[in-house]
Amino acid sequence: MRKLLAILFLFATPSLAEEVSEPDKLVNLVHQDCGSCHGLTLKGGLGPDIRPESLSHYDIDTLSTVVLDGVPGTAMPPWRPLMSEADAKKIAEYLLQGDLK
Amino acid sequence: MKWLSGAILAVMMVGGAQADTIVATGDLGLVVERASGSLLLVDQSERAAISRIEGLGDLSHASLVYSPDQRFAYVFGRDGGLTKVDLVEQKVVDRVVQAGNAIGGAISDDGTLVAVSNYEPGGVRIFDADTLAMIADIPTDSKTIGLVDAPGRKFVFTLWDEGETWIADLSSGTVEINKIKDMGTNPYDALITGDGRVYITGLFGEDGLTALDLWEEDPKPIRVLPEYGRGQKELPVYKMPHLEGWARAGREFVLPAVGHHQVLWVDESSLAETGRTDTYGQPVFAMARPDGRQVWVNFAHPLNDTIQVIDTPTKEVVHEFKPGPAILHMEFTPRGHEVWVSVRDAGKVMIYDTRTFEKLGEIDAESPSGIFFTSRAHKTGL
Repeated sequence: MRKLLAILFLFATPSLAEEVSEPDKLVNLVHQDCGSCHGLTLKGGLGPDIRPESLSHYDIDTLSTVVLDGVPGTAMPPWRPLMSEADAKKIAEYLLQGDLK
Repeated sequence: MKWLSGAILAVMMVGGAQADTIVATGDLGLVVERASGSLLLVDQSERAAISRIEGLGDLSHASLVYSPDQRFAYVFGRDGGLTKVDLVEQKVVDRVVQAGNAIGGAISDDGTLVAVSNYEPGGVRIFDADTLAMIADIPTDSKTIGLVDAPGRKFVFTLWDEGETWIADLSSGTVEINKIKDMGTNPYDALITGDGRVYITGLFGEDGLTALDLWEEDPKPIRVLPEYGRGQKELPVYKMPHLEGWARAGREFVLPAVGHHQVLWVDESSLAETGRTDTYGQPVFAMARPDGRQVWVNFAHPLNDTIQVIDTPTKEVVHEFKPGPAILHMEFTPRGHEVWVSVRDAGKVMIYDTRTFEKLGEIDAESPSGIFFTSRAHKTGL
């Protein structure tokens, strides 16, 4: 575990400093890694559909909290160990709007 | 065709002139290019790509099975597409979109039925392998996972929401279903052993796995490693492990833990724990080399650039290396002398000697994920 944390910090240092990652990088993360459960096109898999029309009941803050802290009792993990709050907010914005500038 | 035993005779057009060309498919394979909806046809002996087959829709999390003559592949796309591909003609020959959201499939032992597991609408649909006409629809009101073929024209699959395993028997021509309750909370994937006897499903909602002895008339759930995580802090799971029929290593089964960076070893007959191996990250695939002597493990995001190799007799990690970013799948050659590794973000399939660990070659591919050699055609559960 200690080894893991050390490795995570090594990779995560820039984003923990509250710099926002490049939009392309975040969009790639959403489709490739969120896509493991939600599908490459985000229309759902083991996890639910997370396309904009399915998330319209969320606001950006609530959705970024879901990304950061996960949903206890479900397979949605907390992403806080791997990303900054600023990046989570950007991801929420992308999920709600369908694009990212 | 049967008299050729795997080799296929085909008449092909070559450079405008007609020529008789023998295409043997026994050492070919297909690599799923997930983002571009295409397949790369590869030659295992030549360590090279032969051609690209396009037009297969959304191939994220796609998998495929082969016809017994190793000529056709049935490709299961996430978009619900079931596509039949001819390896000899190198083209799509038939395609149906049979559901909205699918998660893999299987082919019956006699090669006549292809079954697809669906998330939306939840259930399993069964198709004629020749025509792709639907011949059975088994709705489950649940996401279905872990669909495999079992001997005797059966399919076995499990319900994520309900924690039930269903055995669909098509040997009589009609569908008879045996429902087995109490398999556990949120089973996420399953495997069947190569002899078709033991079906094992991994659980996400609780520690442990659940096994069924399919040789029994009325199989009962057998708990495997309940509470394996007791006393350990549960770690977030950024990608679910996969269970495939590569779990037997010597006289043990090797299985990925969930929420713990470990692989778990159990005795193949008693299903009692025989050991654990600490790993670099959350295991995704823990695959025994065909001879069982080694187990190769890859990992979930963000530790998915690394592979560890475990020595079966000592259960110790004997080799660790970083082929590149986003290792999604590994496939052994039928006798295990090589392993082919898909490295998605490098856009490469990399080939390694499994004894010296030396890199033997690489093939360009667009966002490669699953690698499937035609030798799977002759294995139960693959």
